[in-house]
Amino acid sequence: MNNSENFQLPEVKRMPSRFRNPIGKYRLHRTSACVACGKCVEICPYDVHVARRGRIRIENAYRCVGKDCETPCIESCPEQALSLKRNPDFEVLGDRRWPADLLAASWHMAEFGKIPEKGLECRIGASEGGFDKLRIAFKKSKIGSADWHDDDVDLSVLLNRRGDHAHLAKIEVPFYGGGMSYGSVSINTMLSRMKAAAALGTFCCTGEGGYPDELKPYDDHVITQVATGLFGVREETIQRVKIVEFKYAQGAKPGLGGHLLGDKVTPGVARMREAVVGYPLFSPFPFHSVYSVEDHKKHVDWIKAINPKALVSVKVSTPTDVDMVAVGSYYAGAHIIHLDGSYGGTGAAPDIAKKNIAMPIEYALPKVHQFLTEEGVRDKITVIASGGIRTPHDVAKTIALGADGVCTGTADLVALECIRCHNCESGRGCARGIASTDAELMDLIQVEWGTQRILNLFLAWRKELIRILKKLGMKSLHELVGRTDCLVHLDYMK
Amino acid sequence: MPSKYVIHTEPVPRRFRPLIQSGIIAWEEGCLKCAVCVKKKCVYGVYDHRGLDARQMVESIDNECMNCLRCVQGCPNELIHKSVNPEFMAMGDEHWTPNIIASLWAQSDSGKIPVSGAGYPGPFSGPGFDAIWTDMSEIVRPTRDGIHGREYISTAIDLGKTPPYLVFDSEGGLEASKPSLLDIPLPIILKIPGFGAMSEKTLLGWAEAAKRLGTFFSLPMEMLGKIPEAYAPWLLPSIFSDADGLKGLPSGIRMVELAFDDGVDVAKRLIDLDPAVLVSARVSLAEGMEERAQQLVASGVSVIHLEAGFQGRGFDDPAKFLKDGIRSVHQKLVDIGIRDNVTLLASGGISMAEHVPKAIICGADGVFVDFPMLIAMECRMCRRCEKGLSCPVDIQDASSEWTAGRVVNLTGAWHNQLLEVMGAMGIRDARRLRGEVGRAMFFDQLDRETFGAMGTVEEDCELE
Repeated sequence: MNNSENFQLPEVKRMPSRFRNPIGKYRLHRTSACVACGKCVEICPYDVHVARRGRIRIENAYRCVGKDCETPCIESCPEQALSLKRNPDFEVLGDRRWPADLLAASWHMAEFGKIPEKGLECRIGASEGGFDKLRIAFKKSKIGSADWHDDDVDLSVLLNRRGDHAHLAKIEVPFYGGGMSYGSVSINTMLSRMKAAAALGTFCCTGEGGYPDELKPYDDHVITQVATGLFGVREETIQRVKIVEFKYAQGAKPGLGGHLLGDKVTPGVARMREAVVGYPLFSPFPFHSVYSVEDHKKHVDWIKAINPKALVSVKVSTPTDVDMVAVGSYYAGAHIIHLDGSYGGTGAAPDIAKKNIAMPIEYALPKVHQFLTEEGVRDKITVIASGGIRTPHDVAKTIALGADGVCTGTADLVALECIRCHNCESGRGCARGIASTDAELMDLIQVEWGTQRILNLFLAWRKELIRILKKLGMKSLHELVGRTDCLVHLDYMK
Repeated sequence: MPSKYVIHTEPVPRRFRPLIQSGIIAWEEGCLKCAVCVKKKCVYGVYDHRGLDARQMVESIDNECMNCLRCVQGCPNELIHKSVNPEFMAMGDEHWTPNIIASLWAQSDSGKIPVSGAGYPGPFSGPGFDAIWTDMSEIVRPTRDGIHGREYISTAIDLGKTPPYLVFDSEGGLEASKPSLLDIPLPIILKIPGFGAMSEKTLLGWAEAAKRLGTFFSLPMEMLGKIPEAYAPWLLPSIFSDADGLKGLPSGIRMVELAFDDGVDVAKRLIDLDPAVLVSARVSLAEGMEERAQQLVASGVSVIHLEAGFQGRGFDDPAKFLKDGIRSVHQKLVDIGIRDNVTLLASGGISMAEHVPKAIICGADGVFVDFPMLIAMECRMCRRCEKGLSCPVDIQDASSEWTAGRVVNLTGAWHNQLLEVMGAMGIRDARRLRGEVGRAMFFDQLDRETFGAMGTVEEDCELE
């Protein structure tokens, strides 16, 4: 095992949907012609049919792989009592970036801890650009040449490359949790993400909204955020953690401030943010104290004075001059530059900003990687990318475009059964209890369930990344950084 | 600094139930009569007050469901399902998409910016303006915070010619006469759509909206009579033939537009007739538009109105988009050194708030907004009116007050979105945004720069 010595990889434990009827791609219908012979129960590899008290019922239709099935029950039924059709509910799910297939595939990973073998597209979305048009190119001469064990593949990422006195902070998997604040998501969601990050040997960010006491046991895996509203930022919180993240901008609303509606400022949220209950909170844009790289250095120095061992991460969005921003951040003393592309984000944001402002991560990343390399500082700073990374294939593509690791956000929520209805802000908040501070809705998620679902998803990602690396003939993820020769863009393919 | 321009909005409810993307199908047969039915637990309470709207023959549940799927996933006998609403999906066309129409409706209800969670759900890029991203500033460049009112961002533009320099006499007075410039507080002019079940009430509503917004409402000259004379300062009549133009204009009119080709002579005569009235000339987005614009500027016209088809495409070549036309005409005028002698306005297919700053970045000073005014009135872009059939949402019966309120709401939402976009890129004056292509990222260029070299497969490869 190439992970750190004292690190124990957590185990996959099956964690089914918290709803009675999980949504799958297909539906099966059984007519009264069924004689309960049990043939379907016997041949179905996915436990779709279950025999109970002499009768056979379809209990797990969501696991049916439809036409991809090698032993289709509909053809084997001696009474022809079974018929298959697409589930109409599936058609209303998802969108171009997260089509229904990708959602269902992620739910499968969160339940079973592995990639679905059949029936679902689990590598790309339907946005018809960027990641969805990129393919990983495996040289046939390399395929099958890797004679090392899965455990010998190194997926870890060293976050401190400056060689200074700060923590080394190595993460065991090439991803960590992006910032989602207390208030924008429930404490149960927050705890689920933190506990999963701790178990995976990585980090998770608090977002801007304070550092609830419940997170104390996971201090070594928490990134606390300092953003423009400075909500919940205290010396004590800065001193508690290994990584402090400055959020200059975020991909979902680049160049815009944040706004927490008055209704969401509950007594708990108000206490945490040192604000007044029921009053809306604005997080301005930008940091009114930063108008140059020199101003930015003052910020970094301030953190280093309060917690000299802390790593400083700088989270920025992707303007035309993102390369200048990145190199400036390096010279100001940052350990991590976190680029958040314009198509990501979890929280509420103006539609116009989500769609139009700043460039997608697929463009920003090669630009920054190249600029830092030319400047001779690429190996002195860790580049983390985020903004629309949905699958292990997206992770591999991101690394090949020049990142060292990625940040996830939406994927975590999808593991908790987010269906991307986009109504996080309406009424009492998320109707599925993920992004809500409503007492009743919050209880829809149990921390133990949430933790295991997120763990399972990322263990599946980890496994798939190992498969990809081995297929590329690589022993470590580090070998893939900036290897655009391992990528092919379909629009330019010769 | 001019006083801050604020568009006052207040909720103006719809008259009809909106179409939404997907409906609920709930079977009664097989119901187990659970003690606590999932329908009672609906977070949004859509089952509590369900009812049939007899006038439209639609069930309320089909308009209020927020798509959380909890009832679908909770019913023990799986009796509740969702399905895509074909009526919604059939609205509009590939340019005026169902989602754009629904978003315009919502903005007209409240005047609020559309906000939603969970990232952008749409395609990576698209045709026309969708192939442009706008810039933002951080750390190394300043930004503005316009939306929350902490910094002043001006969206005002001038209409007319800006003199390259001023000439003073020995007394210190201006030598030449002061240039005739009009200013409007936002880079948007309202324009009558090409079709629609409009009535006199509609026209009056739109004129009232233009007045409240402080901008113009463009309509054919012969329709002027349908609107009270008091609205003249906010009306922009367009003249479709030589004869109309020279009859003289009603008093109070500040600007007039020539809407026919070969208008150079008429333009000259009109300018001579009343130098105080700004003369605009329409140029169709088609081959030779750059030269036509150049000739018109030379003849003394103050405003060029570059007009595209109603889907924002060229009249002779549908592969040509408004954005390309604006860039080309703007660049031509810059190249020959006469860009400031004229105001360039653009129209056709402007359907979303982001089209305003994007058109300006491409080189326009401002835009005309037409069909969104009709959609603000709940139009579904079914185009039945074009065939003489009845309007499903009775646009012709809507009151002027309701019409004006909804158009003002929509424009208010667009204005705030313009502030958001300008604030993000650190631009504090809409006039400074014109032609600033450096503040935008173009798909064609970026995609090729980034991925152009990622097309070679050196040896036998398997793609995944």
